[in-house]
Amino acid sequence: MEFGLSKKHQLAQSLFREFAENEVKPLAQETDELEKFPAETVEKMGRYGFMGIPVPKEYGGQGCDALTYAMCVEELSKVCGTTGVIVSAHTSLCIDPIMTYGTEEQKRKYVPDLASGRKLGAFGLTEPGAGTDAQGQQTKAVLEGDEWVLNGSKCFITNGSYADVYIIIAVTGIIEKRGRTSKEISAFIVEKGTPGFTFGTKEKKMGIRGSATYELIFQDCRIPKDNILGKQGKGFGIAMHTLDGGRIGIAAQALGLAEGALEATIKYVKERKQFGRTIGQFQNTQFQIADLAAKVEAAKLLVYKAACAKETQSTYSVEAAMAKLFASETAMEVTTKCVQLHGGYGYIREYDVERMMRDAKITEIYEGTSEVQRMVISGSIMK
Amino acid sequence: MALEEYKGVYVYAQQVDNKLSGIAFELLGEARKLAAPLNAEVAAVLIGYEVKPLADELAAYGADKIIVVDDPELKEYRTEPYTHALASVINEFKPEIMLVGATAIGRDLGPRVSARVKTGLTADCTMLEIGDFPINPIPGREQKHNQLLMTRPAFGGNTIATIACPDHRPQMATVRPGVMQKIDRIEGAKAEVVEYNPGFTPDGRYVEILDIVKSVVDTVDIMDAKVLVSGGRGVGSPENFAILEDLAKALGGEVSCSRAVVDSGWKPKDMQVGQTGKTVRPQIYFAIGISGAIQHVAGMEESDLIIAINKDETAPIFDVADYGLVGDLNKIVPKLTEAILAAKAGK
Amino acid sequence: MKIIVCIKQVPDTKGGVSFNPDGTLNRGAMQAIMNPDDKAGLEAALRLKDQYGAEVTVLTMGIPKADDMLREALAMGADKAILVTDRCLAGADTWATSSTVAAAIKNLEYDLIITGRQAIDGDTAQVGPQISEHLGLPLISYAQSLKIEDGYAIVDRQFEDRYHVLKAKLPCVITALSELNAPRYMTPGGIFDAYEKEVIVWTRADLPELADENMGLKGSPTQIARASDKVRKGAGEKVNLDPDESVKYLIGKFTEKHII
Repeated sequence: MEFGLSKKHQLAQSLFREFAENEVKPLAQETDELEKFPAETVEKMGRYGFMGIPVPKEYGGQGCDALTYAMCVEELSKVCGTTGVIVSAHTSLCIDPIMTYGTEEQKRKYVPDLASGRKLGAFGLTEPGAGTDAQGQQTKAVLEGDEWVLNGSKCFITNGSYADVYIIIAVTGIIEKRGRTSKEISAFIVEKGTPGFTFGTKEKKMGIRGSATYELIFQDCRIPKDNILGKQGKGFGIAMHTLDGGRIGIAAQALGLAEGALEATIKYVKERKQFGRTIGQFQNTQFQIADLAAKVEAAKLLVYKAACAKETQSTYSVEAAMAKLFASETAMEVTTKCVQLHGGYGYIREYDVERMMRDAKITEIYEGTSEVQRMVISGSIMK
Repeated sequence: MALEEYKGVYVYAQQVDNKLSGIAFELLGEARKLAAPLNAEVAAVLIGYEVKPLADELAAYGADKIIVVDDPELKEYRTEPYTHALASVINEFKPEIMLVGATAIGRDLGPRVSARVKTGLTADCTMLEIGDFPINPIPGREQKHNQLLMTRPAFGGNTIATIACPDHRPQMATVRPGVMQKIDRIEGAKAEVVEYNPGFTPDGRYVEILDIVKSVVDTVDIMDAKVLVSGGRGVGSPENFAILEDLAKALGGEVSCSRAVVDSGWKPKDMQVGQTGKTVRPQIYFAIGISGAIQHVAGMEESDLIIAINKDETAPIFDVADYGLVGDLNKIVPKLTEAILAAKAGK
Repeated sequence: MKIIVCIKQVPDTKGGVSFNPDGTLNRGAMQAIMNPDDKAGLEAALRLKDQYGAEVTVLTMGIPKADDMLREALAMGADKAILVTDRCLAGADTWATSSTVAAAIKNLEYDLIITGRQAIDGDTAQVGPQISEHLGLPLISYAQSLKIEDGYAIVDRQFEDRYHVLKAKLPCVITALSELNAPRYMTPGGIFDAYEKEVIVWTRADLPELADENMGLKGSPTQIARASDKVRKGAGEKVNLDPDESVKYLIGKFTEKHII
């Protein structure tokens, strides 16, 4: 067992940390307050290769691994949860399925622009009536000649109107098996600007407010026949496998939020004085900090382990689910307690922990709620 | 090298545009102090073109001797001919101590000269004294007397180090401007003036000056100010900041403020000191009508000297202040400005 | 064009500092970073490389741990990295350091040498100018801009109240100000590549041009007599007087401290 980071991972971590401190942190409050998508930061991240970290160099990426990518999302999220999820959704939910299931032509066509940050990616699975339950999908894709015709809508889509390339899950038919019918589901690559593809409401959210969360609307949206991703009818598996990777990104985001809140709080309790002592000198504070630090460390080990599993194993659903479950619940607990340790200051927007607590909540919900993660884990170990 | 051959405390009398820089007088003042225990003469090295008329002024501020290197090649400061001039003076006159201002010129000239004459150089000194090295006797090791002990801050001001140069001469230091005291001007003082020209032959090391661009004053950044007069909500109104501005002007400083002032719309955000504003580190920081919330203190606690004026004597700002005045800022501040101006005028 | 950039690994002074019993710095106890002015120098070299094409070699003298900083330089885009390291070089002051670095440079081909103006640990600004002297090269320090034209470096050289536009024949030594540019970040892929490259390590034996009397602690004309932490200050004096007395008190303090 080797728990230490290699030299190159350490250096990568210091890069992400420096970038986050200098480029991301100064904008975090404004990003949240004004619900402003940090387009300039995304442009900079593209320039420095952050938008294609685990992508092979031949496709314009950085040729690094999933651990490096997870550390990037973690460090960004330490200072700004919004920026973390932008990278995560782009990398895990758009580039990754193209790299895994795309034809060579699709990879050549889409990945270099995505990996270099010239284009941004998004993923559309969720619908008003179908979250985790893929069988509830209503969006349809019908093959007419050389084109797929999409109709329906997707909601809560991260990177919403700012993305250029979307992975869209849609129903392509009905399957009858032993008298029971089920939906045949497929995945597609849809480009922004395709006629019939528009954006609906921009959601107003509790946290990650700078991330542009939109409804996607398809009305007779015609895409080339070749834009199907993977084989027809394999969309459910593609979506699930994609979410496995995505969960590592979200787990890393949650980890970053927890670490960021804890760091800010440690600094705060060493400075803040009450009753003639810093509040860090009270044992209650010390013990709470100790508990939080232990949980953050445990979350980190699970997240890094899941990232390493993605490199070495063909399936890593359980690792990813455990990492996401534990890291997101840790993030919620740590940020909540950090707000408490800040007292009144923790409740005002001037202090970062207030934002971090709001940002943390979504990590227990999106890309599979904590309940879904428990289903995945128990389903695997109790079968 | 026979160390005892080296005698005298020399200063590089920096001039720009044939006007002596303030550092030249400060170094002479310090040189006089150092020369006393050594019973040595104080010499100024004046390098430039048509600079001889400046010699009298150097005499008035304490030079016993002035060595003038005057040559057309020295019209503007350039590294190589100035290095040649000063290094030649050192080799010819063999000073025991050579002081150079830690200015943009001195920090270029000093190291180049020290490398040429093969001696040590201590940078950016804030205190000089004559003493023993090692400072405390060490058994089995010679303790040398009458050494120049050069003290300087290092590591971003986190530490103080005292340096000696026991086996090489001259003992060279660059000295931070504004730290040493010039002596009171001695009217009509005369000094021995020695003209010396080592000869200047331009070679590949001479650079060409294509242009000289004198800068106009930019907009002020509170992070660059040496003196900051910072006001908080206790100042009472935006108009009342005028008394802070007067104080700042009297000390050549700038006005800054706390978060409360920005939140009240009295001052723009770029004047805010604190965790969510700017971190400043001036030589003098006045916190006037500022209670001293952590978020403010985090942005100014590294200031060299902190003065707090507040009517609430339990205000936390007093915990970080070097000097705390409990009282009404409206009464104290104008009187303080007046007193400072009076003291300056009297000088 | 071949450019050598001299860089130094320094303790990040933001985190406080620590000393060995002999008064020298305990570098192991502090977070180590690439000196900011040196990084600006490296960025200047990389921009010349982007613009005209150049081979950029970074050179440092330091402990083996300086390898980390050299990898960072490679990850930013430097082509070659050289670490000069030997126990007998330790304890060097600026004279001995500049002599050693100059001796290492003599092993190399170069058209331009760039150093940072000063390092944040010593703040001396001496090593760059002293290297130029040891190599007999023209020197331009405090560079706030840099371009290369027909075998000459054209530099805006900063002074307190002006700048000079200077033209020096290559090869020359330039010391860079942080204001020269905003250094680029590494890229993640650059980091992975940097660890595939070789860092060239030179010891005393690889520096034939270096005389024994010019290196290490013994070759250092300056010696530390005393070193200490700056004393952290707590609360100072607090007085509660009438306004006139308050002002008098403060003016007294100012006079004591030569502020007025």
